[in-house]
Amino acid sequence: MSRPTFLLDGQPVAFDDGQMILDAARAAGRYIPHLCWHPDFPPHGSCKLCVVKVAGRHVSACATPARAGAEVESDTPEINAERRTLLQLLFVEGNHFCPACEKSGNCQLQAMAYDLEMTTPRFRHFYPDRPVDASHPEVLLDFNRCIYCELCVRASREQDGKSVFALTGRGIHKHLVVNAESGRLADTDFSAADKAADICPVGVILKKRVGFAVPIGERTYDRAPLHELAMPKTEGKG
Amino acid sequence: MNAPRKLRIATVSLAGCFGCHMSLLDIDEQVFALLERVEFDRSPLTDIKHCGPCDIGLVEGGVCNSENVHVLREFRAECKTLVALGACAVNGGLPAQRNHIDVGRCLSAVFQSRPGMDTAEVPDDPELPLPLDKVHPIHEVVRVDYFLPGCPPSGEAIWQFLSDLLAGRTPRVASPLLHFD
Repeated sequence: MSRPTFLLDGQPVAFDDGQMILDAARAAGRYIPHLCWHPDFPPHGSCKLCVVKVAGRHVSACATPARAGAEVESDTPEINAERRTLLQLLFVEGNHFCPACEKSGNCQLQAMAYDLEMTTPRFRHFYPDRPVDASHPEVLLDFNRCIYCELCVRASREQDGKSVFALTGRGIHKHLVVNAESGRLADTDFSAADKAADICPVGVILKKRVGFAVPIGERTYDRAPLHELAMPKTEGKG
Repeated sequence: MNAPRKLRIATVSLAGCFGCHMSLLDIDEQVFALLERVEFDRSPLTDIKHCGPCDIGLVEGGVCNSENVHVLREFRAECKTLVALGACAVNGGLPAQRNHIDVGRCLSAVFQSRPGMDTAEVPDDPELPLPLDKVHPIHEVVRVDYFLPGCPPSGEAIWQFLSDLLAGRTPRVASPLLHFD
């Protein structure tokens, strides 16, 4: 029995009943950009980088079930321009100074900006004041780069069973907090071996003393672009 | 006889480190090809003090003081095509790391309360441009036509960008030349 298909940018993609557009596309070797989505977790649908157009409506590909015969637009100048705008908003909302960031070259936000050829943040910068937390002996937290994907929150809660992180506040006041009375990472049972320590797509959760073990220019996304490395066959190598 | 007119280029480093200018020199022997097509107006390379009418303006560095604002506006007024060259011009870069510190407190910490200063006063010579409360990328002050990020953009990226511009193409610096670090 043949599986149902939908059209992704005009090409048929087969899917299983209940499968999300993004999952089905990945299984078929087709990349749809994403930041807050991760194969080990249910869809979060917050970054909106996976936005696609289905029957003229914008939906998150990670959280929208595929439907037989649907026409999905993803890699079009219009949608990519909208994704670029989302990236620009993320860049001006935090403090993203790549030349001074240990994560540069391994950062999915930066690699996404390369993929989408974002050359300017375009909007007015917020330059928020977000002090770093260097209290933990093994790990540094630089909140300036948080994009609220909640991957560390989910990993710590669901895989490490620790619930070290949480997002608090609403709208523009939303921010990442540490689950300790002092608010300091050192006062939690967080460890550098936790799943949450390796999951940050940007440069918030950084292991100490290894920041420049691999030099700038020889890092993950210096060697290959995100749209290749994010696909299943190379998953985990990044 | 009728050789095409050379394009005029002006360059400046505002709140930058001249690293992007060094990278411009990193185009190595291509500089001869460049000089066949362009001549330099105001630039650290010519020491001309004010910008005349130009085709291309390359601005390195962000805007950190009143003088930067005047120079940047002069560039915008005189240059047909204005380019933000490098990370600091694009998003403020390293100088913008002071943006979460009150500028008054910053000056006082450096000049008044630091031990070993001869006179504990914030310098106020009228020739010194006043610092702005925040460092801004240049697109927050004037309209910018193109952006070439990188700290600095590589000589290869700058040459690709200028080649496009000189040939009348829309400049496009994509992966792997596009870098923010």
